[in-house]
Amino acid sequence: MDKFRMMAQILQSNQESFMNGICSIMALASAQLYTSFEFNCPCIPEYNYSYGISMLVIPPIWFFLLGFVLNNNVSMLAEEWKRPMGQRRKDPTVMRYMCVSISQRSLIAPAVWISVTLMDGKSFLCAYSMDLDMSEFGKNVSGYGLSQEELLRTLAKIPCKHIYDGQHILSRDAASRYICCISQAFGWLFLLIITIVAFLIRAIRPCFTQAAFLKTKYWSHYVDTERKMFDETCTEHAKSFAKVCIKQYFESISGEIQSFHDHSCGDDSDDDDDKPETEEDKLLGIRRQDTMNKVLWDWHMCKPALSLRKCEDVSAGQNGDCSMNANNNQDGHVCDKTDLSVGQKGFKSGYVNAGLDIGQRDLGRGYDNASCSVDQNGFTRRESKASTSQNEFMNGGVPSSCIAQKKAWAVYYSKV
Amino acid sequence: MYAMGVMFVPPVILFLLGVLVNRHTGVLMEEWVRPLGKRTKNPAVVKFLLSSVMQRALLAPMVWILMTLLDGKCFICAFSMNVDPKYFTGIPNSTGLELVKIMAKVPCKEDVIFKNSSFRKAVSRYVRCYSQAIGWSILLFFIFLGAVGRVIKPCFNHATFLQTRYWSNYLDIEQKLFDETCVLHARDFARKCVVQFFENMREDVTVRMPLSSALRPSTIRNEYEEEEEERLHGITRQDQVDHLLQTWYECKPELDVTKMAYKPKVCITWEDHNGKALFSDV
Repeated sequence: MDKFRMMAQILQSNQESFMNGICSIMALASAQLYTSFEFNCPCIPEYNYSYGISMLVIPPIWFFLLGFVLNNNVSMLAEEWKRPMGQRRKDPTVMRYMCVSISQRSLIAPAVWISVTLMDGKSFLCAYSMDLDMSEFGKNVSGYGLSQEELLRTLAKIPCKHIYDGQHILSRDAASRYICCISQAFGWLFLLIITIVAFLIRAIRPCFTQAAFLKTKYWSHYVDTERKMFDETCTEHAKSFAKVCIKQYFESISGEIQSFHDHSCGDDSDDDDDKPETEEDKLLGIRRQDTMNKVLWDWHMCKPALSLRKCEDVSAGQNGDCSMNANNNQDGHVCDKTDLSVGQKGFKSGYVNAGLDIGQRDLGRGYDNASCSVDQNGFTRRESKASTSQNEFMNGGVPSSCIAQKKAWAVYYSKV
Repeated sequence: MYAMGVMFVPPVILFLLGVLVNRHTGVLMEEWVRPLGKRTKNPAVVKFLLSSVMQRALLAPMVWILMTLLDGKCFICAFSMNVDPKYFTGIPNSTGLELVKIMAKVPCKEDVIFKNSSFRKAVSRYVRCYSQAIGWSILLFFIFLGAVGRVIKPCFNHATFLQTRYWSNYLDIEQKLFDETCVLHARDFARKCVVQFFENMREDVTVRMPLSSALRPSTIRNEYEEEEEERLHGITRQDQVDHLLQTWYECKPELDVTKMAYKPKVCITWEDHNGKALFSDV
């Protein structure tokens, strides 16, 4: 059971290995489907050929399309192709690579079906039994007094053991052996051809453009992993959002605020790294419906640049902070998540200071008065304009210049 | 009639079962029917949930129909009388039955009129061949639709699709979490209620008088009780619970947790008589 779980984990670790797993399952399924599928030749001159050839051709098409349906990379490819440029350039080689890899994987199950069908021989027998040349068996056709039509009808019944009535004309076993032999020859030829083609592709390709190929492979892997991480993050965020929303709802009904039972007040700031993430932290700063909608909208319409920023000294809130750096740069920057914690600590302490200053002054007047709402308003305004400067927050003002450049440096998981 | 019944009635049952068993059906109906409250309704989310419920529920019926078609027995039973027998040799004429009745007996292998006759096998092969052709065509059609849909969907409104998918996932999680929270609340409510009841039944009466804060022993309640209080979220009476559950349906809260995340925290600073801070929570 453990081995199975480990295998499932390895296979699901990225899309490519997942697709490899799906391919092998589909290949096995196509072989199994062939054996369990009751091949039913109609044994009628008009229909034999169509039935035989359809059984050879239509299920492979079906398996090929099924490979497309099951492969998540297909919608990823379409998405990458159709998205607006945003801050990230589009790379046509990456898209071509993904397309080729999807097609290659989808071709495996059809190839298995075709080779199994040819090896087995039934569909060939059904399609070509009427084209048999009787003189090859040493039989004289005219000696039996059959018209052409009747002869054809008799020959058409060869694939059907139970209704063949021309045993005196031509031995059914001999004819079916002959046709099956031709069918197997075709089957082996087909296998040989596809093996040679695969070998050539594998062996020769590294001689051309190997460096570019490595680059393309990396970025297509990256796109896949990024998409998965984004979906996971969204799910986690939805969970935390729901938890906090429900808690807030309960408290709003009861009228009590549970802040006195908060355990975190007495901790040292040094323990911040060891503290488990609270639900609020997991929200990554996205707390409203319209903010979340904007996150999701911009993810497609204006993908962030592939450039991780180093936030060295954000806590000081000096001139060299994120917003200033970003304004100068054309490409725009996205804060590195690991560096954000530094920024967050700096900012958080700054916030609490500010809150406390104002709060202390008004402590006499009571807890939930205008002081708190100022903090919230200030924060909300700051949040929606995505300003990152501490100074601006303290002043309560919002830089209007930032609005124009909002798209250039919007921080997605803004903790700062 | 029998054959058509066998082919179509079980899929309908399977479809209805599929819709019943799906959790998303409840989420969908609730979102569709609820009053507006403080939260706007998004019809795209409802449509997304509906299409996902339908897709999942349609899978089992489709598999049934395709299996019956590929097997062919239903078709043979239903359409053997429509076959023109003059294309096939060996029809058993000697029985004196009408042609239609003979054709109708084709699906039955064991019937005495077909002994040693290849006629029955030929006719059933023919009809089965048609049945399989129809089955494969339907399969091909649906898979083609699926593949085209997969390729084309991201070309239209992908950004809106991301939003819709997120919010429908959110609604599902929210409903699950709300049910969980209510269950936990009920358990703690019950426990506190029972403890309170026992305490009220105590025979010896204890005189309780307010003690000055200097003499009061440190009221460090144990962690369990504190956690319990937190889980109760301040809802401690029946009418509060009723009001809560009523409002959850009639007036869903807005999707904005800024207040919760930035609750004012009380942080205490101890100062000595000179005003110098000795210890601070900040």
